[in-house]
Amino acid sequence: MREKNSEDELLEQVTSTEYKYGFTTKIASDTIAKGLSEDVVRLISKKKEEPQWMLDYRLKAYHAWLEMEEPDWANVNYPKPDYQEIIYYSAPKQKKKLNSLDDLDPELKKTFDKLGISINEQKRLSGVAVDIVMDSVSVATSFKSKLAELGIIFCSISEAIKEHTELVKKYLGTVVPARDNFFSALNAAVFSDGSFCYIPKGSKCPMELSTYFRINEAGTGQFERTLLIADEGSYVSYLEGCTAPQRDENQLHAAVVELIALDNAEIKYSTVQNWYPGDKDGKGGVFNFVTKRGVCYKNSKISWTQVETGSAVTWKYPSCILKGDNSVGEFFSVAVTNNLQQADTGTKMIHLGKNSKSTIIAKGICAGKSNGSYRGLVQISKGAKNSRNFSQCDSLLMGDKCGSHTFPYIEVKNSSSKVEHEATTSKIGEDQIFYCNQRGIGTEEAIAMIVNGYCKDVLSQLPMEFAVEAQKLLEISLEGSVG
Amino acid sequence: MLKIENLNAGVEETKILNGINLTVKPGEVHAIMGPNGSGKSTLSSVIAGSDDYEVTSGSVSFYGDDLLSLDPDERAHKGVFLSFQYPVEIPGISVSNFIKAAITEKRKKIGLKPISAKELLSKMREKMALLNIKPGYLSRNMNEGFSGGEKKRNEIFQMAMLEPKLSILDETDSGLDIDALKTVAAGVNKLKNEENATIIITHYQRLLDYIIPDFVHVLHNGRIIKSGGKELAKELELNGYDWITKEADKKWGC
Repeated sequence: MREKNSEDELLEQVTSTEYKYGFTTKIASDTIAKGLSEDVVRLISKKKEEPQWMLDYRLKAYHAWLEMEEPDWANVNYPKPDYQEIIYYSAPKQKKKLNSLDDLDPELKKTFDKLGISINEQKRLSGVAVDIVMDSVSVATSFKSKLAELGIIFCSISEAIKEHTELVKKYLGTVVPARDNFFSALNAAVFSDGSFCYIPKGSKCPMELSTYFRINEAGTGQFERTLLIADEGSYVSYLEGCTAPQRDENQLHAAVVELIALDNAEIKYSTVQNWYPGDKDGKGGVFNFVTKRGVCYKNSKISWTQVETGSAVTWKYPSCILKGDNSVGEFFSVAVTNNLQQADTGTKMIHLGKNSKSTIIAKGICAGKSNGSYRGLVQISKGAKNSRNFSQCDSLLMGDKCGSHTFPYIEVKNSSSKVEHEATTSKIGEDQIFYCNQRGIGTEEAIAMIVNGYCKDVLSQLPMEFAVEAQKLLEISLEGSVG
Repeated sequence: MLKIENLNAGVEETKILNGINLTVKPGEVHAIMGPNGSGKSTLSSVIAGSDDYEVTSGSVSFYGDDLLSLDPDERAHKGVFLSFQYPVEIPGISVSNFIKAAITEKRKKIGLKPISAKELLSKMREKMALLNIKPGYLSRNMNEGFSGGEKKRNEIFQMAMLEPKLSILDETDSGLDIDALKTVAAGVNKLKNEENATIIITHYQRLLDYIIPDFVHVLHNGRIIKSGGKELAKELELNGYDWITKEADKKWGC
């Protein structure tokens, strides 16, 4: 049972239909001219004082990108961004390097307070180390020294490029190569920051690591890069949250996340995505084109959990390459679309190792005139003997103007494997709402309750504080969708 | 407590209730009997506020409030409870969380603080004992995978927890074996007091062997065609409905 108070708070919070993170912060920022060229890539690399190999990597990606075409196979419709109209680098101006979170710019601090993730609060809560990436630059990482005692590295990717060069060089781009797709190539060329994490052999990270992403400056794109390495026998749980201010124009977010779980390691990666979805008429909103992928070595496990409520257009497939024998991949997802939002999301489970196992639980909720699609690939190679997959894709429709679609792809190349796929589509029944009403539960609360029940299998995978936040978001994003 | 006057209701062009009159006072148990299609379930749905039916004329007052002008959840807050004939499933929501939400909402409306977890739990334990409910039940999801008997018992459990002033039991006996029927009836009897009232809607006399009504009404073609004491139920069991319905059809036409 959840804490009573937090549940009450949730109910009270369901009062405003407006996107509540739609504010901007007045902070001087260091922004370069819009547009993309080789010079811009060089400039970004220079601003970040990167070594030559990194610049070379970026340039190679940039040239690859020039020859690629924006994919259009997803079940979404949007005006293609003009890549010359985007600002590729924007950093909040900092006078000096920060030693602790207390040195933060007060304006910046206020922003974090408004986000409801006041750093002081986070510190007090403990158990959560936060890295905040605002626009493109990682502002500060808390708990760094505490983690360092355990040999855990948790810092911005820019810092890692300079200070943990060997690790970055060894793993960057190994799971998601720059040429993987149009957006990953773009990201590789222009990413300006993101998070880096390394958990040494045999250690269990004692706290949840967390990153908050926020786009602030108008016209900027956010291209963060996350690289997470769990060395043999280690464990880490990582949380990622996203917000963006309300803007009339579309903003582009093209991130790349790479996870590496070495032998016997376990990574739990949770995302609560709440980018600005655009207004009721579909004006504005974030284009969220993200490539997330992890590789599992022997006996290791990667578990993706995502709650996707924001963005105007979402294109995202957190995947697992189950390379090692007995490796396990999991994907738990709730994707909500309302008004004119579009989402095409799902996962890929690539089974290479023997006895590898994967589980997919995808829950779509569509309201308004939105469209939600699940797209998933389960691929079992010839060598992946006795591997197993279980997939469950459910959709819940609210009203009669939305659409839900499922595109499951299954490829099995050996006869000892077992693949199961279940799918359901349902509507919130008038009879369910009446039943709740009759017990004294109002219609809005009843819908929130039914939706939460429907998502329970996924929400229960999230760490406690995150689960509460996710529940709150679900309610806010579905507010007023049944009338 | 409840006063229904000349209530007419139906679905689109079809009239189902044709001028119902009924008065219920605290402490009373009323049984509404009648053949299939006589309008029994419609009556309970209209009192509870289902928008499947349209009220064309008449009034329903509850402690002086115009019940028909209230939303179903507001009626529930006033103390109207319906034990559904076909309780719905709410996947992923446990019985305890559901009941907690219902109690919290009601308390909020009357300006009370939420019930404490301790208080709630001890009340749940007490009512579970009353209804012979096994532990483990509270964490099951609302009606998901429940047998017919379990669903009905779950309705009565909610009634016990919410302590309504007026309980309407819509065909609570249908689908119950004799043991389950006895347990449910015993629960209802234990919950009965001077302050609350019960309306039992049933097709058969069976349940009335265990819950003794003060009044029995026969519903036919949307009208109460005969009212009497508990002996009327026995008479119906012996002679069926024909003898009264034929008389009524002569009077009103069919």
